[in-house]
Amino acid sequence: MQLSREALTRAYRQMKVIREFEERLHIEIQTGEIAGFTHLYCGQEAVAVGVCEHLSVDDKIVSTHRGHGHCLAKGCDVNGMMAEIWGSREGLCKGKGGSMHIADVDLGMLGANGIVGAGSPIGVGAALAAKLDGKGNVAITFSGDGACNQGTTFEAMNMAVVTKAPCIFLFENNHYSEHTGFEYAVGTQQDIASRAEAFGMKVWRGDGTDFFSVYETMREVLEYVRSGAGPAAVEFDTERFFGHFEGDPQRYRGPGELDRIRETRDCLKIFRASVTAAGLLSHADIDALDADVMAEIENAVTLARAADRPTADDVLTDVYISY
Amino acid sequence: MAQMMYRDAVLSTIAEEMARDPNVVVLGEDVVGGMGTPGGPEAIGGIWSTSTGLFGQFGADRVIDTPISESAIVGAAAGLALAGKRPVAELMFADFIGVSLDQIWNQMGKFRYMFGGKTKCPAVIRMAYGAGYNAAAQHSQSVHQILTGMPGLKVVIPSTPADVKGLLRTAIRDDDPVMFLEHKALYGMSGEVPDDPDFMIPFGHARLSRAGEDVTIVSSGLLLGFCEAVADKLAAEGIGCDVIDLRTTSPLDEETILDSVEVTGRLLVVDEAPPRCGLAVDLCALVAAKAFASLKAPPQAVTPPHTPIPFARELESAYLPSTDKIEAAVRALLAWR
Repeated sequence: MQLSREALTRAYRQMKVIREFEERLHIEIQTGEIAGFTHLYCGQEAVAVGVCEHLSVDDKIVSTHRGHGHCLAKGCDVNGMMAEIWGSREGLCKGKGGSMHIADVDLGMLGANGIVGAGSPIGVGAALAAKLDGKGNVAITFSGDGACNQGTTFEAMNMAVVTKAPCIFLFENNHYSEHTGFEYAVGTQQDIASRAEAFGMKVWRGDGTDFFSVYETMREVLEYVRSGAGPAAVEFDTERFFGHFEGDPQRYRGPGELDRIRETRDCLKIFRASVTAAGLLSHADIDALDADVMAEIENAVTLARAADRPTADDVLTDVYISY
Repeated sequence: MAQMMYRDAVLSTIAEEMARDPNVVVLGEDVVGGMGTPGGPEAIGGIWSTSTGLFGQFGADRVIDTPISESAIVGAAAGLALAGKRPVAELMFADFIGVSLDQIWNQMGKFRYMFGGKTKCPAVIRMAYGAGYNAAAQHSQSVHQILTGMPGLKVVIPSTPADVKGLLRTAIRDDDPVMFLEHKALYGMSGEVPDDPDFMIPFGHARLSRAGEDVTIVSSGLLLGFCEAVADKLAAEGIGCDVIDLRTTSPLDEETILDSVEVTGRLLVVDEAPPRCGLAVDLCALVAAKAFASLKAPPQAVTPPHTPIPFARELESAYLPSTDKIEAAVRALLAWR
């Protein structure tokens, strides 16, 4: 199905926001201004955006430690996220969550998560809530080739099948769980989707570096799950442009690997080539979007730097609603 | 007032709250009981009889029988709660928190704080705890000290059918995650329960079940009855004990404990959990720090030893606090100089 010019523009812009948000973090983290651990999503943007462009606020997603892309794609505020990562009290979580715990439940973004695999059962619960409401909404749990080895993910997949929960287990296979290769850590040495299939789910596979592959695959998956057929799983093959965490020396990479994936597997380059070749958007259109996004990110950093810092009193609030 | 068993107070409160609020859902292993068997759904109806009949009354979308997958049960409860429901999940045995701890500790207990106070997680995790059935080391434990040590959770331990009714209703209507610990040896206990459909007991308010001026005994759950028996026996000798039922260990009613110790000058904590880093030492430290000037003797505790829970009848009896041990501890406090 042909996307409108407006939809293409929006999709590209969303991917570019994620890219530049993180390319900027990569620089700022090295100055020491940003505290804590940060895991960058760069390279996988087509997955987050190709999925979330189909969702409404009543569809829920559950994310991972590598969650900036999912948050931004689901609509979390760019300035609020930047301020959160800066540790400001004006951040999306008042500086109490940081990079690994960004959430905006009102938007259906049920949280990034510092525990690998922990999001899977939470997604099943959100899906059971959607089933109870009966309005055709779904929950999507993002996992990687690391989380696919956690018991929580196995338990969640079986429970979703048993309860016919409208849950989509979305596996982004970037070939590295932390610093360990997929071929070592996934015992079958086959894809992840076939595991999900063994739990009794219908599965799909797609190219996670191609927005259109993700978008069209998700159209089918969502139609199936929204129809009440039960859970499904999808695996997208993708690339992680940075290390597991910022500061990771990445000695596990092959010679020239990072240059090669940046050159041949960059979802933004692939998108640009595809839409310009088809005459849907021009290079000038995309260049203008790039400039617009760069200005937005620059503004977010300026705001984050100037934002209020939390105080010692803030430590004690937000633990309970009443106590 | 109606006469009711502890387990029936659990069941009737859940049923009443499900009828009142369509967002209340139940999930857990065998909460329907018999799914996928020749006997059919509700062939068992929950091993503690605390969910019997709910499936027939409220249907499969609100009474969710799950596989044996405790991480997924608690995790699904967390997801249901984030998505606006009020899940009441059952862990068949409290010991199974070990399998599901990440979802309790790192997830539901921290959502609100990590997310900057902009969400709530109104989940109740019910669990059967405690020794007395020779169920040995993995089906007998008291886990409140582990859960009480986790910020973000509330921990409730009812000791009577009336307290089950009032505290469970508060738990289900509460907007924070609540760990609800039901002592398995109390399920058959009978008692009077108020008929008021909105009868609630607020968290953080201990109950004074016996009054006296010589010793303060603090306890909860099954052991509360042991403490009451000892207090009644000593009262005949003219020894007066305040017996305080904590009801909730998080939040903790410090005021009631401190007020009592300021009168008695003597504290005995009676707890079913292991002694190290537990509730008993926590309360002894509280009193030492905040009521030191009132003390006539060092705060004391009666707990099991620092061992796993043994199987054989003789061993389990030796392991557990008893009325004899409690009485001896009270007398030792009075004799201290």
